[in-house]
Amino acid sequence: MTVSDPATAPQSAATAAPRPGPGGIAAAPLPPGLFHDGAVLTVEHLVVEFPAPRGRRVHAVSDVSFDVRDGETLGLVGESGCGKSTTGRAIIRVDRPTSGRVVFDGTELTALGPEALRRARTRIQLIFQDPISSLNPRRRVRDIVAEPLAIWQRGTPAEREQRVRDAITAVGLDYDAAADRRPHEFSGGQCQRISIARALMLDPKVVICDEPVSALDVSVQAQILNLLEDMKARYGLTLLFIAHDLAVVRNISDRVAVMYLGRLCELGPSDDVYARPAHPYTVALLASIPEPDPAAARNVTPIAGDIPSPIDPPSGCRFRTRCPFAQQRCTDEVPPLTAIGPERFVACHFPLATSGPRSSAGSAGSSPEPAPPIQVDTPPTAP
Amino acid sequence: MPPSPDADAAALPAAGARLAVAASMSVPASSASKRKLGVVFWIAVAWICLVVVMAVFAGLLPIDGPDNLSYLSKLGSSFSHPFGTDELGRDLFSRVIFGSRVSLEVGFGSIFLGLVAGGFAGLIAGYMRGIFDAVTSAVANVILSFPALLLLITVAAFWGRAWWKITLIIAIIATAPLFYVVRSSTISFAGRDFVLAARTMGASRWRIVTREILPNVMPAAISFGLIGVAIAIVAEGTLSFLGLSVAAPTPSWGNIIAEGQSSTAASDPWIWIWPTLIMFMTLLALNIAGDRLQRFFDVREGRL
Repeated sequence: MTVSDPATAPQSAATAAPRPGPGGIAAAPLPPGLFHDGAVLTVEHLVVEFPAPRGRRVHAVSDVSFDVRDGETLGLVGESGCGKSTTGRAIIRVDRPTSGRVVFDGTELTALGPEALRRARTRIQLIFQDPISSLNPRRRVRDIVAEPLAIWQRGTPAEREQRVRDAITAVGLDYDAAADRRPHEFSGGQCQRISIARALMLDPKVVICDEPVSALDVSVQAQILNLLEDMKARYGLTLLFIAHDLAVVRNISDRVAVMYLGRLCELGPSDDVYARPAHPYTVALLASIPEPDPAAARNVTPIAGDIPSPIDPPSGCRFRTRCPFAQQRCTDEVPPLTAIGPERFVACHFPLATSGPRSSAGSAGSSPEPAPPIQVDTPPTAP
Repeated sequence: MPPSPDADAAALPAAGARLAVAASMSVPASSASKRKLGVVFWIAVAWICLVVVMAVFAGLLPIDGPDNLSYLSKLGSSFSHPFGTDELGRDLFSRVIFGSRVSLEVGFGSIFLGLVAGGFAGLIAGYMRGIFDAVTSAVANVILSFPALLLLITVAAFWGRAWWKITLIIAIIATAPLFYVVRSSTISFAGRDFVLAARTMGASRWRIVTREILPNVMPAAISFGLIGVAIAIVAEGTLSFLGLSVAAPTPSWGNIIAEGQSSTAASDPWIWIWPTLIMFMTLLALNIAGDRLQRFFDVREGRL
């Protein structure tokens, strides 16, 4: 995948004129190279706001732009309430974007009418955090998995059953044992397998995984992540993987996008971002990954304070209230997403690691790579 | 890709067996009884069925007609008159059975109508929200704020006393609480991820409401409906006792009880004790059945 020529990119910086969004959010110009040729999903200046009491607005997602290339896994990370799930939901218009564009496979989802959206949406599927809530407790597994085919009347009943059998087997469940049971008879991990089987029934191009393993036991997390990787390879999927656990994201993602309080902080290839984080928030997030070795030196103090309210986000850089390096400029100006290297983008006035004036903080980024608590590559052993 | 040989997938039955073992090791008695409806529930259901069957086939039973006067019978119970006779010599057992027809017709009929109307409105209001929800909720609020019994008495006094009129009035009153039960249950299920999943898969609103939400709302609606039937029977009985329901000589539980309290019958309390007892048992059975059903489904919900 090469960095695209801006003129041919589906939504390049050149064609994307800055548009003032509602709530006074002026869409910043996008750095060249942010969007790629042949990206299967392009999110451009996405803004999602919800009405709050007394005429105020919750700024859930503010001017977020990124794309997902065909066949890649993009990890979207950030702490709870940073808008990462809302971003995922706004892409398929479950939450209505306030402004901005979402282009999927050449179709602008944000411009579609209800019926066209209903059709286009089948090729983007969602996997939810709570595996049990995502399955109807009153329906049998065979009906749950067959539902997408039943909705669209695809195939004969016999063909449908065969496809359901294949899908349930593919996600590692015994069809004959599972088909006639109801979700409450399964564990969380098994329910998530059923969800994955269901999501694959409509031959989706993109699967948005909204914290698919956060509700699972750590041992089961690895199994589900393995399964997602397998399914991705087998069905040629593109994944948008939303999670708050950086260790999980690192193992599965080709690129990582870090969000904080509705804004994109940093975007780049996983290994690069983990090895040399440029945004102070990314540094703090990486430092929060638990270190398996209790004797290991921890040279970064965790960031102080709580995440500010998205109803009244800080001016300028939204991370400035907790950033150890914040200066006057961070209050005055919203830092635009800027290229700091090939495929590396950061929204910070004083990015770390690459520019290097702040070696003290840079040491955090160059610290030994945190060992992920989950060894995804190791096949789990059956007890 | 071969299915990965992992723990929770390799052998479902084995996993199930392990779960069962774990459950039986921790709290065997309670976990077992929680999943069952219990003997009391089935006794209650059996009683309701018995009463309903007797009412439906009352004409075929080897009993006197409810209006047959047998002046020779004693008041007290005997082999041919198990409950005895009333002061006019009518077989009380027969009158109680024939009287149950009115009570059951009004009770089940009104709640059925209320459930269909209130349930349908509740499903749509709970799923669609918006203006339809605002309007229907306001209407339900208005209905709820009428004093039900006074309304019943007034309407029965002015409109008429045919059983279907009583049924219709009670149905309208019952629509409001049934609407609220279905609506709130719908709202809670509409927020679940499986509804969102159905939406993203392209299911129509109708399909989501009927396939995804309705099956989940039904248990709560039916268990609440059973309790509603008991309340409706009490309402009809009250009207009947006051002489505002079906007119004599058609028996109903309420008017048999009322007749049992008249001065001529005061010497034999069994005339009102029997219908009261049967009515009480039926109401108790309906309440127990509704309550157990509700708890049964709550437990199943809790497990999720």
